[in-house]
Amino acid sequence: MTEALRVLKTYLLESLSDKLISSKIAINELTIEVAPVDLISTAQFLRDDDSCCFEQLIDLCGVDYLAYGESEWDIDASSFSRGVKREFSFDDSEMDETDIEFQGKRFASVIHLLSLKHNHRIRLKTYCDDNEFPIVDSVTTIWNSANWFEREAFDLFGIMYSGHPDLRRILTDYGFSGHPFRKDFPLIGQVEMRYDEDQQRVVYEPVSIEPRVLVPRVIRDDLRFTASKENETDKTNQTDKEAQE
Amino acid sequence: MPEIRNFTLNFGPAHPAAHGVLRLVLEMDGEVIQRADPHIGLLHRGTEKLAESKPYNQSIGYMDRLDYVSMMCNEHGYVLALEKMLGIEAPIRAQYIRTMFDEITRILNHLLWIGAHALDVGAMTMFLYAFREREDLMDVYEAVSGARLHATYYRPGGVYRDLPDVMPLHEKSRWHSDADIERLNQTRSGSVLDFIEDFTNRFPKCVDEYETLLTDNRIWKQRLVDIGIVSPERALQLGLTGAMLRGSGVEWDLRKKQPYAMYDQVDFDIPVGKNGDSYDRYLVRIEEFRQSNRIIKQCVDWLRKNPGPVMHADHKITPPKREDMKGDMEALIHHFKLATEGYCLPEGEAYAAIEHPKGEFGCYIVSDGANKPYRLKIRAPGFAHMSAMDELTKGHMLADVVTIIGTMDIVFGEVDR
Repeated sequence: MTEALRVLKTYLLESLSDKLISSKIAINELTIEVAPVDLISTAQFLRDDDSCCFEQLIDLCGVDYLAYGESEWDIDASSFSRGVKREFSFDDSEMDETDIEFQGKRFASVIHLLSLKHNHRIRLKTYCDDNEFPIVDSVTTIWNSANWFEREAFDLFGIMYSGHPDLRRILTDYGFSGHPFRKDFPLIGQVEMRYDEDQQRVVYEPVSIEPRVLVPRVIRDDLRFTASKENETDKTNQTDKEAQE
Repeated sequence: MPEIRNFTLNFGPAHPAAHGVLRLVLEMDGEVIQRADPHIGLLHRGTEKLAESKPYNQSIGYMDRLDYVSMMCNEHGYVLALEKMLGIEAPIRAQYIRTMFDEITRILNHLLWIGAHALDVGAMTMFLYAFREREDLMDVYEAVSGARLHATYYRPGGVYRDLPDVMPLHEKSRWHSDADIERLNQTRSGSVLDFIEDFTNRFPKCVDEYETLLTDNRIWKQRLVDIGIVSPERALQLGLTGAMLRGSGVEWDLRKKQPYAMYDQVDFDIPVGKNGDSYDRYLVRIEEFRQSNRIIKQCVDWLRKNPGPVMHADHKITPPKREDMKGDMEALIHHFKLATEGYCLPEGEAYAAIEHPKGEFGCYIVSDGANKPYRLKIRAPGFAHMSAMDELTKGHMLADVVTIIGTMDIVFGEVDR
């Protein structure tokens, strides 16, 4: 399996050399990254080329990298805070433009492909250029199954897919505002609803509960993993060198 | 001249044949469907977002609630993704237990599917037959995990506990007479494995019964044959997996092609259809009953002969034994850390897929090295199947929509997530 992936990787490096931003094999999975402009041509190639032959789009999803690598663990906190600190507030009034200093590209659209013919998989990543208005080309014409997956990513992350035939919300309620899977969207939501006796109808109000964290998010550099990772990169570097030689 | 317009019909969201909460907006020309627009999301609970706020192990229970008729298979997909990132493997006995329970789950799922599908199409009896066998299998679930449905039995590094030596017995109550109790407890005198083995001996006869009722039934064939035909090319384009793909004649099963757990150690065949219609998919699933039964038998044999650990020994990831915690400081610390913080996954991303009863179920985990997933994406087979609804129903009659929903084996827990 790994050998086949390595062969595929070298093949892709040769035939898509000008388009690939990065390519790597980790945990027996091949990931390639392309720029949004190259997405359609790369996808077309991956589907139609005989050595790739990815007939099936298994999954497409959005990822929001806003809070990547941030931990909530606060060692200076009092014992009642459960040790939780937040980098940004969910309350709009407290929110300042400068609170979120996010460098780099925030949204990614991740495609998982499967080739039944060669029995291999690949992950195709595209980072959207604009963080305010993330936009990427739709691959529905290449794989029809992308249709709903792209609607979902649009609904949950607000990633726009240009060329999509029917980009509507899919999972959230009619009339919902916001994109709930973004990292700056609170887990408790923004509105709560109840039946109002006086008005004789269901009313929406801003949420009245406080956000809370039971187990803070902690990032630990586990030696078991970091050690094995270094070995792995050493190994891949070596094999790359050997391949080049 | 009067204007002729298509008629728009709302199907669901609370229609018994909609299998939960599907709202279908159908554009009809007389009784023929021109366009079907499924509105989903009425059961959206934000499982993926919830998982981002919890340590890894606390989300296993959410997986049960995705496709709530094939609980352990969902857990398997999630747990495999975790194990892949952690770089650990469950002990071999745990892998056999998982294989066995995956197949038990497959039978559970297909039993509900055949019951509901036949009920929708007009065969009332099937539902009662199917639930008779489901009851036995849910008792097995209860015996190993304490819960009949939402088991949370699979854990990263193995399964929660070994198979118990005794099968719980029915007790006397107002609803059961002595004679009832004796009949019910007849097969339960031995261990759980004895009970499962007895089930596998009984079950092929039950499948024969279902077939007598349906396979050559004139009405059943009139409702299913040539309904919702998918060509193999279109099936691939539409992202169909599982029985939906095999019904179209594509021989693709992750259990054979990309084996996980112990599927490379057991014998079984992959049934494929020929015409890609609802009837072929019915036949495929019926054969899967028999094949699953065969796999369970082999697992029971192996499990009888080979005792061993069912949980990985690394207590940074799996909790230590209760007895050890009484006397061993290290074990107590491990337990405390696991209970308060969980374990951290190395930074990176992984996708693990399994052959779920409905198709390919996958979990894509992005980790930034924390004790909670940075992003968890669940690839549910039903979601892709549902998106093919428009193409499958186009040109069919209104009554065939019910057949097509049935043949797709839709459960909204996983479609909406």
